[in-house]
Amino acid sequence: MPEPVLIAQNLCKTFISRGRRVTALDDVSLTIAPGETLGLVGASGSGKSTFARVLLRLLPADAGTVRLLGEDWLKLRGRALRARRRSIQMVFQDPLAAFNPRATIGGVLADPLRIHGLADRAARPARVGALLERVGLPASYAVRGVHEVSGGERQRVAIARALAARPSLIVFDEPVSALDQSIRGQILKLMADLQKSEGFSYVFIAHDLAVVRLVSHQVAIMESGRIVETGPTPQIIANPRSQTGRALVAAVPHLHRRNAP
Amino acid sequence: MHSPEGVAGLCLIVLLAAMAFAAPLLYPGDPLAIVGRALTAPFTDPALPLGTDRLGRDVAAGLMHGARTSLLVGLATALVALAAGTLVGTVAGLAGGLMDEALMRVVDAFQIVPGFLLALAFVSVTGASLPVIILAIGLSAWTGPARLVRAEVLSIRERDYVAAARVIGMHPAEVALREVLPNALPPVLALTAVIVATAVLVEAALSFLGLGDPNVVTWGSMIAEGRNVLRTAPHLSMVPGLGLVATVLGVYLLGEGLADAMAGRKARG
Repeated sequence: MPEPVLIAQNLCKTFISRGRRVTALDDVSLTIAPGETLGLVGASGSGKSTFARVLLRLLPADAGTVRLLGEDWLKLRGRALRARRRSIQMVFQDPLAAFNPRATIGGVLADPLRIHGLADRAARPARVGALLERVGLPASYAVRGVHEVSGGERQRVAIARALAARPSLIVFDEPVSALDQSIRGQILKLMADLQKSEGFSYVFIAHDLAVVRLVSHQVAIMESGRIVETGPTPQIIANPRSQTGRALVAAVPHLHRRNAP
Repeated sequence: MHSPEGVAGLCLIVLLAAMAFAAPLLYPGDPLAIVGRALTAPFTDPALPLGTDRLGRDVAAGLMHGARTSLLVGLATALVALAAGTLVGTVAGLAGGLMDEALMRVVDAFQIVPGFLLALAFVSVTGASLPVIILAIGLSAWTGPARLVRAEVLSIRERDYVAAARVIGMHPAEVALREVLPNALPPVLALTAVIVATAVLVEAALSFLGLGDPNVVTWGSMIAEGRNVLRTAPHLSMVPGLGLVATVLGVYLLGEGLADAMAGRKARG
């Protein structure tokens, strides 16, 4: 078995909100294999977004370790941390909120190239154009403002930004739940194509199994900060063992149910 | 910028700025020099259209040169206050914790002393000159922008686009300057009009009390000078008084117009 891209072990995170302790992550351990997608499913407030933010080092963990490409990721500081951030990127749920309202698409995509020294100033416009075409947008979009394009196009730009740093792992936090039904399929197909051609690992966060089962190799089910069930997607779908798992599977619309007695 | 108040404000400010720029051309001499008989009534001598004061100084020259002082003090104070307030507010908002607490207590300390008293005390201790007066008025004016910038920064730093900038490995200083600050500033700019207008009035009040820069003409000192002959020559106080009214009104109206224009652009965009 190949070396996992990321191993999270015993992650804990507690928030104190208005004097109340809220456990967002309770001893969470997960492993992500290269080129595979881990679907992380749970109800709102189950801690899946907190998990994403701890993985991205946007929030500090209270306890636990994360090994990213064999390195102790949570111990990195300052310049070393910023340089290593290249390996793990994120696509946010709301593509409108994920961009500086003043930014142009070209500027947004050039930033990671500049920060990580992936292309010098002269080479950047061509690389930005190539990134845009990679996510199915015309290269001429580079001069547009982020707020001048549609929601689906904006999410494509967000994916292009994540690709720009050539990461090993991309965390998608409910990437299609703010989009029209008709656009969701296109974005999911784009994600699958990119994974096939570039070999990225994905963490795909969602609140139901309907989308996750289409794109995930492994599924983990979260409930109040704990991983209650994890395993290969077909196995979870066919035979959920936890109560939450059964509820999530039952909530997926099944075509064959209609034919059943 | 199509609202009637914005246009009216712009006209007033353009007029005052034109007066300020034209002052050294139309009245190249020292406006504090004695040029005619004392207490010449206005509109009696074509060379002295607004008459002279008790010492025989040209009121028209004083009015025009006074516009320079007022606008200079207003704008310079706003600049000082915005720069200091933005710096403190940004650092407090981004650093958080103990740093935030400490900085905001300093802001409180400046805010609980009435601004005019603070300026008065500062000028009495250090002696009056234009830079000192600008600094003195700025002492109380920077707390407003500091609070506003901090509140904006606190809200903006939780936005996804700031998280996204950190995810791509952007340096914290660049995050602050490129992602947070430009989006925190528009509401602060709306505050500028209030700061400029207040500074103009405080400067006039200081001059009225004799704490202005004695080497430049200010509307406040002209009003103080005219106060002694208020019954016999009321125009000596009224002319600079109208100048003050026009300036403060113009600045407020222009500020309103700009705020409307910004809100309109936001609503349309």
